[in-house]
This record gives sequence, structure tokens and C-alpha cells, in this order.
Amino acid sequence: MHLLAFLIRRLFQAIIVMLVISIIGFSIQSNLGDPLRELVGQSVSEAEREVLRDQMGLNDPFFTQFARFIGNAVQGDLGTSYFFKKPALEVILDKFPATFELVLAATIMIFTLSVPAGIYAALHPKSWGARLIMSASIVGISVPVFLTAIFLIAIFSVNLGWLPSFGRGDTVEMPWGWETGFLSLDGLSHLILPAISLASIMLPLFIRLIRAEMMETMRTEYVRFAWAKGLHSKRVWLTHAFRNTLLPVITVGGVQIGTLIAYTILTETVFQWPGMGFLFLEAINRVDTPLIIAYIIIVGLIFVVVNTIVDLIYTLVNPMMKLPGAAA
Amino acid sequence: MTRREFSARFFRDPGAIFAALLLLTLVMLAVLAPFIAPQNPYDPMQIDIMNSELPPYWEPGGEEQFVFGTDAQGRGVLSTVMYGMGISLMIGVGAVMVQAFLGITFGLLAGYYGGWIDSFLMRLADIQLSLSTLMVAIIALAIFQAAFGPGTYESLALYMLILVIGIAEWPQYARTVRANVLVEKKKEYVDAARLTGMPARRIMLRHILPNTMTPLLVISTIQVANAIVSEAALSFLGLGMPVNRPSLGSLIRSGFEFIFSGQWWITTIPAIVLVLLILSINLLGDWLRDTLNPKLYKGH
Repeated sequence: MHLLAFLIRRLFQAIIVMLVISIIGFSIQSNLGDPLRELVGQSVSEAEREVLRDQMGLNDPFFTQFARFIGNAVQGDLGTSYFFKKPALEVILDKFPATFELVLAATIMIFTLSVPAGIYAALHPKSWGARLIMSASIVGISVPVFLTAIFLIAIFSVNLGWLPSFGRGDTVEMPWGWETGFLSLDGLSHLILPAISLASIMLPLFIRLIRAEMMETMRTEYVRFAWAKGLHSKRVWLTHAFRNTLLPVITVGGVQIGTLIAYTILTETVFQWPGMGFLFLEAINRVDTPLIIAYIIIVGLIFVVVNTIVDLIYTLVNPMMKLPGAAA
Repeated sequence: MTRREFSARFFRDPGAIFAALLLLTLVMLAVLAPFIAPQNPYDPMQIDIMNSELPPYWEPGGEEQFVFGTDAQGRGVLSTVMYGMGISLMIGVGAVMVQAFLGITFGLLAGYYGGWIDSFLMRLADIQLSLSTLMVAIIALAIFQAAFGPGTYESLALYMLILVIGIAEWPQYARTVRANVLVEKKKEYVDAARLTGMPARRIMLRHILPNTMTPLLVISTIQVANAIVSEAALSFLGLGMPVNRPSLGSLIRSGFEFIFSGQWWITTIPAIVLVLLILSINLLGDWLRDTLNPKLYKGH
């Protein structure tokens, strides 16, 4: 019962967020640039323009236009990119695999490094290793992601010449049309620096979070009780303490996905990574309104979906927890 | 904690003293830039294109006149960095003032009145936080830039950055203020003030707000660092300060392409200064949090 109430409430919230985003998208469309000029150029007379405007529905009342915008958007029609002369959604989705693989690689790095580092720093807070990790993490937080990227390029591409500094390299096409860089050595070597840059900004945050939460749970009653039972220390640390550390980590992780997508714009710009963020910035410089709107809507959709999934995982990991939003 | 205890703790902590001295030096360099910078980078009369891309003076070909070398337009890197840091600090502090104003107002209202105002404002804060500051700022500035055209946008960029970063981060303040108001509201002095028939506005501003100042001071330091980072990121993307009035972020942006041809100083010097600035503020912020609010860190 709770789950159903939760899902309905979540869906309702998701619809509101998407509605707000589409209102923003629509107001961009109706105020930015002139779709007619993009279509026919300057050479058409004023009378013909007026006829065309009528045909395109640009003279319709506001709500008719907005309803049409929503109707088209729901059917996956977000307009045609002025620059690429292709449907904006298609252009964006073509770039999705590149961004997805970058985010995935960074997430794997963040998880595999922050969990052991965070646990270690929590279990031995006074040790040199822990102090080193904590000092490195405050320096890490203070270096903006685009600077990490620039320094990595300066060291590993320009000075040492070990790794490429831009692009995705060779990609392999999967049967379902997905271009992956994971399956070729060249693709992987192109992925290393951008993924490290993207991971670098979240890594210190998660190390500090895991450390703080782990130290908190180590003082709880049930961990003390587990010690009292004479359980092996590894078992207490991992099954009793760490498992309960995961909950806040998942919640923060969900919130940080938004930030991570924002940082892909920076990382992709520095490395000219052919993903959605780089495309978005190009679209801004070209005032390619349909593409700008398509990006905002897709990113909004990703936020909403990820946040809902995170909330669901949260309840699965901790069945004792009452679902957020479900009325008591 | 009394003022004496506070300063005693400060002078016993070499890390805090180091961070404070570093920050003080950087801020002085920025504030006094018009008087002590070797060059005024905004004055075309003082810039000579013949001096462009000179290396720092310790490298072969460097000139003593330009300690950290020059950029592609012949501006001394030391001077542009000093002026640029001033702009970064101005935007950082300005944006935090906007955040504090909005956040404190909404936080007081939500905490004091409760009910639907509270749920509405806090829901709004949740949604805004989940959308990420940088994302909101990038989209907002992208729209402004496309709407105004690059020319007009450049003259407004400073104010746009302050407003956008300010509006995007108000929930941080609102949540802290609200949480503290909920605690303070139950105390007797608030009841007493209410019984004297004092208007709600006065109770909130004169009685409750002063008691939430400690946590506000702690988050303000971190927020200034965050605002400076956001500004640098936005300027680096070309959505912030223009080249002719650069912040640290726009300086890094304009120097970026030169690292491939060996002119590392154009981008590295402003980058190091930016990192030092943020690091010193973050270190001070961490120290303040540990000192003023020890409940947060039970582990030590």
C-alpha cells in the first residue's frame, strides 16, 4: 500500500517538474530567435511571411501554441535543429552514449576508490594514511573540475604524450546502434583523462561522507552489541557498520547526479568529448533554440528518473525505512 | 564561546593561521590592485601587443617588467590576475549576499510561520537543490546570453552572475535558518517577546536571527568558495565575464588553448591563484565549523 502511494506521489511530482521544465522550454522557443527566419531566410515578402506564420500556427493564442508544444513533446517531437537540419531529439540521443559512458566510467572510479578510502579513514582516523586522505580530499574539493582537466592534459598529453587530449577515439558499433568506446583500446585510452577529471570532483565529497557516516554508525548500539557478541572485526565493519553507511551515500549520490551531469558539460568542453554537454554548449553559441530546449528536457527527464530510482533503491536497501512521501 | 577563547584557539592552530594569512594576502592583492598592480589591464594605452606571450621573467626571453609573463594581448599576467581576482571575489561575495538575503528571509518565514508556507518553501528548496546549482546557472545564463545577444550580455555579465549564482543557492541558507528558528522558537525569550505584543517581523529579525548567526557564519565561508568556483566554471564555459573584463575563470579560458603550444603561464598562473583562493577559504571554513560547532564532528 505504501509503495503504491509512494509511486503515485512520485509520479505526480515528476509530472510537475517536467511541466515546469517544458514551460521554460516553451518560453525559450517563443522568445528566442525567429523560427520563420531560420526556415525561409530574409528574402520573402512581408505578406508571404504573414501567410506562413498563420500556416505554422505562430499567430495562434498562447495556450493553443503551448498545448501543441506539449503534444509534440510527448510524442518525441522537440523541433528540428537549425544547424543540423535533423530532429533535435535524434541529434541529442546520438550523443547520449558518449556522455553515458563518461558518467559510467567516472561513477565506477568514484565508487571503487571512495568506499575503501572512506572506510579506512573512518577506522583509523589518527593514522597517517587517513590524515593524508583527508588533506588530499580538501585540496581535491578546492580544485575546480575544469582545472583538473587542464592540468591532466598539460601533464599527460602535452608533456608526457601518453594519452590523447581530445575526442573519443575509435568506437565500436553495438548491434542496437550504440557507439561504444569501451571495446577498443583507443576508445579506452581517450576515456581515461575525462573520466578522472569528472570523478575528481565527487571523489573527495564521497570519501568525506562515507568516513563521517561510518564513524557515526561505529558508535551506535547495534555495532557495540555486535562487538559484544564477539563477532570478527571484519564482519562488524562490513555487515553491521558499512551497510548502514550506504543509505545516506545513496541519497547523496542521487542528489549529486544532477551536479555530475552539469560537470559533464565542463569536462566535455575541455576534452572536446562528443557528448550531450559539448553539443549543448555549441547549440548555445549557435542559438540553436530547438536543440537547447531538447537538451533541457532530456536532462530534466534524466534527473526525475534517477531521483525516483534512487528513492526506490533506498527503500529496497532499508525495508525498515518508511518511503519518503508516503503518508503515515 | 567567548571572543578570547576563539582567538586563543585560532592562534594555537598553525593551519588556521596559514589559511587566514594566505586569504588576507590574496584579498589585499585584489583590493589594492588599482594602486599596486604594475599595469592597468583595462587601459589600452598601457598595453602593447608587441609584448604578447612573453614568458615569466625567470625563463629565457622573459622581461623583468612582467614577472609572470604576458598573455596573447600583451597584458601582464600578474596585473590581469590581480584585477581578475577582484572581480571573482566581488561576484563571490555579491552572490552570497543575494543567497543570504533570500535564504534568511525564506528560512525565517518557513520556520516561524510553519504550515503551508513552510511546506511550499521547503519543497521548492528540495527541487531546486536536486537540479544542481551549476546546471541551473548554465541554463539560465545560456538563455540570457541568447536573448540579449553577446554584446549587451557582456556589459551585464557581472550582475547576471551575481543574481544567478545568488538565486540558485538560496536553499542552503533557508534550510539552516529554518532548522535554527524551529529550535529558537520554542524558547522562553521568544514567548516573552510575543507577549509584549511585538510584531512578528521584529521578533524574527531582532530576537531570533541574531541567535542563528554562528551557523550562518560557517556556511557563508563555504558558500563564498562555492560561488567563486561556480563563477569560474561559468566564465570558463564562456557564459560569464568577457575577455576585456576577465575574472579568474575567463583568464583560464583565454589561456587554455596556449598550453598546447607551450605558453603554460597564461593559464597556469590564474589557475594556481584560483586554487589557492578557494583552498584558503575552504580551510578557514572547515576550521570555523570544527571550532564553533563541535557537535557536527563527534569523531574528533
